[in-house]
Amino acid sequence: MPIKEFIDILSLWALPAIILIILTFAIIKKVPVYEAFIEGAKEGAKVSFNIIPYLVAIIVAISMLRASGIIESLSLTCSGFLNKIHLPADILPLAFVRSLSGSAAIGVFSDIISNNDINSYTSKLAAIMMGSSETTFYVLTVYFGAVGIKKYRYALLTGLCADFIGIVMSIIVARFFFA
Amino acid sequence: MNYIWYFLIVISIIFGAINGTLNEVANAIFSGTQLAVKIILTLLGIMTFWLGIMKIAEKSGIVESISKLLTPIAKFLFPEIPKNSPIIGDVAMNFTANALGLANAATPIGIKAIEGMQELNNNKESASDSMCTLLAMNTAGFQLIPATVIAILAANGCNNPTEIIIPTFIVTSFAFVSAIIIAKIFKRIFPPQLTKEIENAD
Repeated sequence: MPIKEFIDILSLWALPAIILIILTFAIIKKVPVYEAFIEGAKEGAKVSFNIIPYLVAIIVAISMLRASGIIESLSLTCSGFLNKIHLPADILPLAFVRSLSGSAAIGVFSDIISNNDINSYTSKLAAIMMGSSETTFYVLTVYFGAVGIKKYRYALLTGLCADFIGIVMSIIVARFFFA
Repeated sequence: MNYIWYFLIVISIIFGAINGTLNEVANAIFSGTQLAVKIILTLLGIMTFWLGIMKIAEKSGIVESISKLLTPIAKFLFPEIPKNSPIIGDVAMNFTANALGLANAATPIGIKAIEGMQELNNNKESASDSMCTLLAMNTAGFQLIPATVIAILAANGCNNPTEIIIPTFIVTSFAFVSAIIIAKIFKRIFPPQLTKEIENAD
């Protein structure tokens, strides 16, 4: 299967190739690579420490929200309406969680595919939704935390709108390809 | 952010009390801090490594070359950033790493880009338009191949896991473009806070 081979090669080579290109280019340009690395790496360690308070604040809040069970309750409440718009009720927790927590989204996704037939429409919709998601809250927290930004302005709203569009598009596209 | 954070916590506690999961909610405070530390430890490693690599890239001039190459696109996406600034190169490499599914490389490189933007920012506590655009690009989750999902599908016995590549690509591309357009629209609705910056008519 050529597509699969291509993906395997791409995922195997993407990382090593980038490092190889950067290092080789730098050596040709006579950059003291080791010293430059240490200089940058020191900054990296410092920035990570800046992120700690922001990350603790948001991850604790999201863990509490998930533990309260509100996401499951909302999914249950909305299931009737959801079936009408061809969104299986199983999918809803994933739609919520994928903006909040990456590891939780993988957990929910694994649940969905083990509770449904792996080749079913529900599993495929879940896969597309999962594959097109990025943990908006995490990304914002880490990036803004790194530089000490406290007022996010429209960044969160933009991220959530994009997530919503991603969910709607996932349903449309999954219906088109797999229903 | 103050209200969102307050809202997340208060809703959890109130709903936990109603739902009888208050104990779980309380425990989640501790498990949440543990999870945060775990993530930070991972981040510490990759940040240190990738900011080291990026420093090499910067010194070799490769980042600047990418910036020059992308000037026309950069002018549209990030009008605040001066021409040929290495920040554009960082953004491009962040985008590339995301597209290739290298999240571990994308985050540190993106952080390098936002640090550059912070230097240009007039109000150090409030996000600039460039930052919001950068984050719109990052939160839309654009990637060429959703390798993790394909791996999970394959491990669970899916007949043809690669058939989700094209649908996912359509979804993420659409979400990515939408995110940028939305950011451009919101830019006009949410003016910069507490800055004396004179808005250029664009």
